[in-house]
Amino acid sequence: MMQRLLQTRGLAQIIALLAILAIDRAVSPQFFDLRMQDGRLFGSLIDVLNRGAPVALLALGMVLVIATRGIDLSVGAVMAISGAIAASLADTYGLPVALAAALGAGLLCGLWNGFLVAVLGIQPIVATLILMVAGRGVAQLITEGRIVTFTAPDLVWLGNGAVLGVPTPVVVVIGMLIITGAVVRGSALGLLIEATGGNARASELAGIGTRAMILAVYVWCGLCAALAGVIAAADIMGADANNAGLWLELDAILAVVIGGTSLFGGRFSLALAMVGALIIQAMNTGILLSGYPPEFNLLVKAAVVLVVLLLQSPRFANAGAVLGRARQ
Amino acid sequence: MTSKALLAATALVALTLALPATAAELTVGFSQIGSESGWRAAETSVSKTEATKRKVTLKIADAQQKQENQIKAIRSFIAQGVDAIFLAPVVSSGWDAVLKEAKEAKIPVVLLDRDIDPSGKELYLTAVTSDSVHEGAVAGEWLAKAVAGKQCNVVELQGTVGASVATNRKKGFDSVVAKNANLKVVRSQTGDFTRAKGKEVMESFIKAEGGGKNICAVYAHNDDMMVGAIQAMKEAGLKPGKDILTVSIDAVPDIFKAIAAGEANATVELTPNMAGPALDAIMAYKAKGTVPPKWIQTESKLYTAADDPQKIYDSKKGLGY
Amino acid sequence: MNAASDPGPALLEVRGLSKSFGTLRALQEVDFTLRAGEIHALLGENGAGKSTLIKAVTGVFPRDAGIVRLGGAEVAPRSAKAAVDAGIATVYQEVNLLQNLSVAQNLYLGRQPTRFGLVREAEMRRRVTALLAEFDLHIDVAEPLGNYSVAVQHIAAIARAVDQSARVLILDEPTASLDRHEVEILFAVMRKLAKRGIGVVFVTHFLDQVYEICDRITVLRNGRLVGERTTAELPRIELIRMMLGRELAETTSERAATQARQAGEVCARFEDYGKAGYVAPFNLALRRGEVVGLAGLLGSGRTETARLVFGAERADSGSATIDGAPVRLQSPRDAVAHGFGYCPEERKTDGIIAELTVRENIVLALQAKRGLAKPLSRAEQDEIAMRFIRMLDIRPPEPERPIGLLSGGNQQKVLLARWLATAPRLLVLDEPTRGIDVGAHAEIIRLIRELCDDGLALLVISSELDEIVTYSDRVIVLRDRTHVDELEGEAVDVSNILVAIAAAGTAGAEAGQA
Repeated sequence: MMQRLLQTRGLAQIIALLAILAIDRAVSPQFFDLRMQDGRLFGSLIDVLNRGAPVALLALGMVLVIATRGIDLSVGAVMAISGAIAASLADTYGLPVALAAALGAGLLCGLWNGFLVAVLGIQPIVATLILMVAGRGVAQLITEGRIVTFTAPDLVWLGNGAVLGVPTPVVVVIGMLIITGAVVRGSALGLLIEATGGNARASELAGIGTRAMILAVYVWCGLCAALAGVIAAADIMGADANNAGLWLELDAILAVVIGGTSLFGGRFSLALAMVGALIIQAMNTGILLSGYPPEFNLLVKAAVVLVVLLLQSPRFANAGAVLGRARQ
Repeated sequence: MTSKALLAATALVALTLALPATAAELTVGFSQIGSESGWRAAETSVSKTEATKRKVTLKIADAQQKQENQIKAIRSFIAQGVDAIFLAPVVSSGWDAVLKEAKEAKIPVVLLDRDIDPSGKELYLTAVTSDSVHEGAVAGEWLAKAVAGKQCNVVELQGTVGASVATNRKKGFDSVVAKNANLKVVRSQTGDFTRAKGKEVMESFIKAEGGGKNICAVYAHNDDMMVGAIQAMKEAGLKPGKDILTVSIDAVPDIFKAIAAGEANATVELTPNMAGPALDAIMAYKAKGTVPPKWIQTESKLYTAADDPQKIYDSKKGLGY
Repeated sequence: MNAASDPGPALLEVRGLSKSFGTLRALQEVDFTLRAGEIHALLGENGAGKSTLIKAVTGVFPRDAGIVRLGGAEVAPRSAKAAVDAGIATVYQEVNLLQNLSVAQNLYLGRQPTRFGLVREAEMRRRVTALLAEFDLHIDVAEPLGNYSVAVQHIAAIARAVDQSARVLILDEPTASLDRHEVEILFAVMRKLAKRGIGVVFVTHFLDQVYEICDRITVLRNGRLVGERTTAELPRIELIRMMLGRELAETTSERAATQARQAGEVCARFEDYGKAGYVAPFNLALRRGEVVGLAGLLGSGRTETARLVFGAERADSGSATIDGAPVRLQSPRDAVAHGFGYCPEERKTDGIIAELTVRENIVLALQAKRGLAKPLSRAEQDEIAMRFIRMLDIRPPEPERPIGLLSGGNQQKVLLARWLATAPRLLVLDEPTRGIDVGAHAEIIRLIRELCDDGLALLVISSELDEIVTYSDRVIVLRDRTHVDELEGEAVDVSNILVAIAAAGTAGAEAGQA
């Protein structure tokens, strides 16, 4: 019974998310309280969604890359670059120019990664490591090592505004999820990506342009990362090249893995990657609310991730089923 | 650099040592870490101004956060036969060999901003640093004075877990809290010294403490986290600086903007002027042989709305923060 | 050819050796006898059991049944190292020595001469230099092994084996990556070893080399011993017949059905099509409603021809035309766009996408052909999948089952369905019946004929000659990566194919330079 339940796609993730939310409620009784504040929903639950937005955006691109059996370590650095560009241009040239330049930079970064992986055949982990290291340096060059602040209200709105009470970053994530879902599942892209990740040789021989697939997912991943970078900059009304997106690539990969997409490529789920991002942020917010000393933060996080991944493991589910039978 | 040139350089240094030199002839090499933060950029630009003020030639080498580059720069300064070397060490260990070389060349070394391991104690003339425990205490004392005996729940935004600056700033603040029964740190979390984390952590503090009603003051280990926290308070409909008092450390320009706007109350300066006291010490040492104390503590000055924050903001902004 | 006069005493005797992997019976009661001082070829097509035999004898795999005697005494090594200690050494095609260590260190790895616990480098070098000199190899043994050619590395590996007092030396495809001159050097070494009384087992698929150096030949097929002959008494055609199996008489009966068929017009034509070092330029015309078989031994260029036709490799000479119009086949995508399909030999690595469902595997090529912007709706996918599941009798008839869980025969049918769904003009099938049980085997052959009757052009590769004769209208025979013969109509029979494969021509020499 337990085995069958846990093997239903996505159920383990949903259970994990609900369990973490319940724990959050236990450590912080006002967790589910919601009210309006200056035309914007206000509450810990909203914090989870809002703070989770950058990782959710990264995961949206990352899940496609991982589905092709790749990985993109550079997304954190791309966030720093796009944030720096948007912050530097916003006050002088306005939002459209700043946003276009920032997203354009993300596109270029994605093209670069895709070129290294798809055309030159470099291993993804190595290929994207280049930009992971160099990208932050580029961002620091743009900001000259300081935090570049801006006041352009429309850019600030991207981070701090709201649509019908829902914080803009959350709206952006939902929008991107819908667009990505429409592109991937509305066209044949999803199937061809899964085929490419499942068996690239066989897919090539079936007439799929696997290189184009791989290039496309890295470009999309770069674009998502750039958007995440703009939102992160808008959130603090400044671009912090040293810290923006730092280590977030790991959270994004974790979100995808928690969402049940294998690092060996193939089957992927956009929605579950979003659930993965929410699980991570619900846990982070819970830790902050708990009032435990910060020295325990990473330990708690590691323990929770371990439990969530165990829940998904088929072997663990089997073991659980065996135990269950033994008890009867 | 040939050994002959090196010899000539050493001879030149010996000569300058033998004849009491005038200030105008001094050349100082400064091995700077790199542009890791706005404060670092300000330190570099202040160093230039301070040197010009004293008619000292300052040669700055940017190490791009790498110790090997700093060692190379120091060797090059030795070879050039500078009168003194300023070093802002990127790490605390691994300096003994190169500092010995400087000592053998009779070039005094002054550490700026950060100290090195005790094994190198004899290898440098003096260290100009701030006392981060003291900084925390100054912040605490301001708060104690500001609440004037009233009960006050404080939330604390710590720096990166394990960073010595964070540990010390906490220690200094806690020492004041211990002396004032009306002060109580109710929540303390790390904000990793960043704006984004400062904002996120403050959001959770506000929710956990009755929408902020139970918070009387925020203490942040740096101004960047405070800038983030101020945003969080505003978004929660609170008035930072009024509903909730703020005190933080570093005195970066953006906090003055907040003070000027009445959204922040106080900041303790980590002065970017480390080179000024260092230059004074070197000039006295060169001119009269005055050996400075092993540690020159910089002033940890407190700034509030009474200090014309807008003017300070304008002047600081030009420093490269 | 070495004189194989009187058979010497048996050095290595293998009797009744059997080995199964799951349900696959890789070796069934195989006997093998190696005499001291002889060079003995071990031959067979892919899957014949050569590697399994070697590995079962040298203890890499445990054996299920049978005994091995070395010099009269029974041996049962548990590992390759134990086999070496017993006196049976193996040198594989990929020399398993360490490229970054010196030649000397490699030869004495694990048994360096020491004094007071220290390796005596100079002593070791002196000994290795002397040892290699016995093989007329005069090189600096202090250099890393990786700096030398593959031939030198092979000789070093052989020298190491011989120096460890090997009495039986097994060489597994040692000449596959050597040029003619290097082969000569290696053969000289092998002859020298044989003269010393060492028994040499030579595994290869170069028949010319077998006739050049071997005294005796053992042939395996489908895990069974076919026979053992002296080279001098075994004509080449007879050898090939042994390797490919089936007696001539069995095959003629099946042909009748294909005679009546009328071939249509040419739909794809390849002229002087080839790629240097891959396949020599060939001419090939494929007609609608016609099955063309590609026959030849392993490594003769059959799969290579198929990959070239399908664009999986790019040709560097010649031209291709479809319905008279010139086309460029730069990639499988181009080929698919022109209505080609290809079921590769390696189903698992090149064919199926194991974790995707039967439905997804079936629609994949059609979807790739239609392009991203024209997705097949789920209803269309279901309809296509069910149609082919019924038509090809794919079992279990569950479109949502991951294809990896199906049997080999059903996987093959799904791959056929994948291409049939694209309504192709030309279908290339590489070993369509390999690894498939007897029932599915017959079905697939029946399907091939039906497809052909529907006007499809088919290019089929098979090692099973009687099978290829059954359905082919024409058979192209390959040898040494060259198309050497073409049989048509009445001429298509097993014996003619065998003759064409066996014909010792000049083709081999040409391919060597290609």
